Amino acid sequence: MELFLQQFINGVTLGSIYGLIAIGYTMVFGIIGMVNFSHGDVFMVSSFIALIFFLVLTTWLGVASVALALLIVMVISMVLTGLMSWTIERVAYRPLRGSFRLAPLISAIGMSIVLSNFIQVAQGPRNKPVPPMVTESIALWERNGFTVSVSYKQLIIIAVTAVLLACFWFLVQKTSLGRAQRACEQDRKMAALLGINVDRTISLTFVMGAALAAVAGTLFLMYYGVVNFSDGFVPGVKAFTAAVLGGIGSLPGAVLGGLLIGLIETFWSGYFSIDYKDVAAFSILAIVLIFMPQGILGRPEVEKV
Amino acid sequence: MTAVIETQDTTVAKVGPPLLKVEGVKTYYGNIIALKGVDVDVYPGEIVTLIGANGAGKSTLMMTIFGNPQAREGRVLFDGRDITRMPSHEIARLRIAQSPEGRRIFPRMTVLENLQMGASLDKLKYFNDDVERMFTLFPRLKERLTQRGGTLSGGEQQMLAIARALMARPRLLMLDEPSLGLAPLIVKQIFDAVRDLNRTEGLTVFLVEQNAFHALKLAHRGYVMVNGLVTLSGTGQELLANPEVRAAYLEGGRH
Ligand SMILES: Nc1ncnc2c1ncn2[C@@H]1O[C@H](COP(=O)(O)OP(=O)(O)O)[C@@H](O)[C@H]1O
Ligand SMILES: [Mg+2]
Repeated sequence: MELFLQQFINGVTLGSIYGLIAIGYTMVFGIIGMVNFSHGDVFMVSSFIALIFFLVLTTWLGVASVALALLIVMVISMVLTGLMSWTIERVAYRPLRGSFRLAPLISAIGMSIVLSNFIQVAQGPRNKPVPPMVTESIALWERNGFTVSVSYKQLIIIAVTAVLLACFWFLVQKTSLGRAQRACEQDRKMAALLGINVDRTISLTFVMGAALAAVAGTLFLMYYGVVNFSDGFVPGVKAFTAAVLGGIGSLPGAVLGGLLIGLIETFWSGYFSIDYKDVAAFSILAIVLIFMPQGILGRPEVEKV
Repeated sequence: MTAVIETQDTTVAKVGPPLLKVEGVKTYYGNIIALKGVDVDVYPGEIVTLIGANGAGKSTLMMTIFGNPQAREGRVLFDGRDITRMPSHEIARLRIAQSPEGRRIFPRMTVLENLQMGASLDKLKYFNDDVERMFTLFPRLKERLTQRGGTLSGGEQQMLAIARALMARPRLLMLDEPSLGLAPLIVKQIFDAVRDLNRTEGLTVFLVEQNAFHALKLAHRGYVMVNGLVTLSGTGQELLANPEVRAAYLEGGRH
């Protein structure tokens, strides 16, 4: 029971990070039908941006409050990562729109390599650490010498994710930008007939996905304390898996998929073998897709229009 | 069950320049020519119809006016302004609205959201007033407000497509085959609504139809398109009486 609870807390934490990244995959796929293979590396770069600005703020500018520094760093990383993603879309994807279907995918794989190699060269191949930030934790329950605890870091991750998802949900469901986005997702040509600038809406979708990935990147850095140029790959693949598991194109699906992947991974590590945690996550994906090819919350292919 | 559509008994004086002018427009799909030099004028306050068989190029003309696909030759002028090379969304911002072929309702948005999309240009500034007008015009929409577009019947979708177009407060309303697949009573309801808007608000309408009989009765003027070319034009009543039109589009139809 104690182990179960502990792994549940750990799983939700990890799942929050996957969910935030997965939203970027699912939104871009929803609006232009493209798997944005560079999204994992955008996440990794955002983590480096967070790292650099965290060090600048705490060691050079002497910001003493870690919470304040984290908040500032997160906002900076969201803005810069958003800008970067906007540029990538303009340079590497938009010119290929309307060309054959694989072209933007190949370009995205290229972007992914460019980003990780750039960081490898600019920041070096080794793990980059930050000084430990938030170290306190709360003991929830103690029995038989086993303590179930939740760290402040975990609380921060879960809370920040919950708040952001709520804001994001509001943005997509209730604002004119969100409506335009959903319209483009359902019928781009019609959206244009109603005066929606489709290219701009697509750009903003990339920016929003990147901003959420930057939140994940900042939280990831805070949680693990280190980041490496290759850290885009595995979380990226996991988040993509989460998006597919939840039903690609579905926002609640991305969050649900993220949480499930996080939970499967931590439970597997807790009860079986840590070595096979990724195998477990991908096996569950395969099984779910056999019985639900659209993912858990995905919509069926055919729809009456 | 017959639904009688009244014959248009008014004429519109062509004062000033046309609101919409299509001049020698040629449109291609790849290397295949779909419009072979089309000229059409729509004057303010008119209902103008374009009739023609399936595949004649009517929808292509509607979309060429919206710049997607763009005309390879010729010009499209709206209110004297050349819009041939403008992107669709900028053309829409000049207050041209279209209920396109196939209606293209956003299937996973509610009726209300579809109407909000129509009012995007003014950022919903007149939304509450305008939506009330739409309910007067098409009371069915009010009952379906929270239902998803994809679950509406064909007739309801068509009403929604027209209402969505009207939410943009257009100067020119373009309708592509609004009667397609609908029961006669629904067609009458829709055509009556269009006539009303034209009479009471002076709304200019460009109507594409295969249902030539009803369209020519509703319209002040009409054009006949065959194979990417306009072959005939005249007032609605002239075309209704024209033997060629009768032979090609009306004989065998309901009179
Ligand atoms: N997207 C397209 N790609 C290629 N050819 C098209 C396309 N749309 C229409 N066409 C062709 O252009 C011609 C005119 O079609 P269309 O404008 O849809 O006619 P209508 O609306 O009068 O039925 C037809 O021969 C049709 O096959
Ligand atoms: Mg057509």
